[in-house]
Amino acid sequence: MQLAHKFALESDRVVADMVEVTEFPHLGQRYGVMGVPKTVANEVSVAEGAVPEQYLLANIQAVMKKTGRS
Amino acid sequence: MAFLRDKDKTVIQTRFEELVNPVTVVNFTQELECQFCRETRQLMEEVADLSKKLKLQVHNFQVDKEEAKKYSIDKIPATVIVGKKDYGIRFFGIPSGYEFGNLIEAIIMVSKGDSGLEPETRDALSKLHDPVHLQVFVTPT
Repeated sequence: MQLAHKFALESDRVVADMVEVTEFPHLGQRYGVMGVPKTVANEVSVAEGAVPEQYLLANIQAVMKKTGRS
Repeated sequence: MAFLRDKDKTVIQTRFEELVNPVTVVNFTQELECQFCRETRQLMEEVADLSKKLKLQVHNFQVDKEEAKKYSIDKIPATVIVGKKDYGIRFFGIPSGYEFGNLIEAIIMVSKGDSGLEPETRDALSKLHDPVHLQVFVTPT
């Protein structure tokens, strides 16, 4: 199960896309996908590889803070 | 030719015994110029056939623009897993290999309406005020 999908289920603010990068290579290029799974939150890379939920959450919170949003 | 072998179907059907509420698998597709659109649609048809609690809705991406807009679909093949509401769970491209397992798990999770996340994580997520768009890039394995 994708952790991102669990986050989406839990919060109305979160939308989570699984993107099969070989079918959408332009997105792989745009986000510099070298290894998978790679997670991007609002255009910012937040995780590479499988990560624990606390780690993903903390990185999302950091992105939201940096962009001046909660 | 079917994608799912009888053995796979039996395993998935057993997993689907856990389904609680109905789930709609919303698939966006088109006939031409789309790699894996046909395969994705067929896979979703086969999966949806495995439980009475599952319904498949197929939309033509080019024609059903309102639906595509409603679910924020900007590329295809796309599949949205909808339960009591649209939770924001999308699959772009064909979920094969490891991702196929994730598709099945996502259907079960949506049907149950429970993420299984830790209470602290749920609490933190409930405090988000602004939209978060997560994109998880994967490859077929």
